[in-house]
Amino acid sequence: MLLITCPHCGPRDEVEFHYGGQAHVAYPEDPQALDDAAWAHFLFYRDNPAGAFAERWQHSAGCRKWFDVVRDTVTYEFLTPEGGSR
Amino acid sequence: MTADQTTADQASAPPADLRRSPAAHLTEQMRAGDVDGPRGVRLREIPFAVQLGIRAEPGAPSGRAAAEAWGVGLPAGPRAGETVTGDPEGRHVIWISPDEFLAVEPSGLAGLIDVRGIEGALDGMPGQIVDLSGNRTILELTGPSARSVLEKGCHVDLHPRAFPAGAAASTLLGPVQAIVHRTREDVFRILPRASFADYTVRWLLDGMAEFAGEELIR
Repeated sequence: MLLITCPHCGPRDEVEFHYGGQAHVAYPEDPQALDDAAWAHFLFYRDNPAGAFAERWQHSAGCRKWFDVVRDTVTYEFLTPEGGSR
Repeated sequence: MTADQTTADQASAPPADLRRSPAAHLTEQMRAGDVDGPRGVRLREIPFAVQLGIRAEPGAPSGRAAAEAWGVGLPAGPRAGETVTGDPEGRHVIWISPDEFLAVEPSGLAGLIDVRGIEGALDGMPGQIVDLSGNRTILELTGPSARSVLEKGCHVDLHPRAFPAGAAASTLLGPVQAIVHRTREDVFRILPRASFADYTVRWLLDGMAEFAGEELIR
């Protein structure tokens, strides 16, 4: 089980967290202007790197706050040791 | 007695007589599950504690107003090593998140608290104070084996080094979301939501059963 460092609560077990997918996916500035393909791209297309990946987590059983971390998808190591940004 | 008197008596009867706490139906099972001796552990419910949810930031005016209304300062949080403030037998405040706190009064004086008045303390300010007394109940696990029982499924480190008396954490107990509050070295309060009280009590009683027998492995 991963030990994830919540920026507010400190290190906690993975089961207390909810995974939120890739971080920094910006909402389209003008969603009305997108065609279906572009909208689908925004909704469903995510990076899938082997290595460092910025992702969102929520400490759902604890403080319920969302935070961003960088995790290595090969080693599972969290590269933001102090916990993610708030 | 006339019909009028009967109506008057019913109107003045305290509503507490009609209340049922979430684990009240398990009182006998909890008593039967008591384990005495050096490996002892016992479980009781502390029913009808006043609990207020506070949403406010400690340094902000609304945080100060909330602390003043409740009479206990808001804890600074686990990063500062302070997750509970106040007296665990009386009014105290448990840290939940940087802007969320649970104010608790478990004693018999809970009925004297002006809940509506405290709820109004943040009037016109950002944040809120809401009566959450019905949200969670309090289960108190006491005894030398209390920590061993909880460690069967609690997802925080309960060693005194990491979780001393006076610490609290919002976490999972088995699959149940609960607040665990260590009031003394061998006294733990578990605050599950009311609808999980039945399951949590049975889960704890099951975990307590082994301590009634001989210790097999030392």
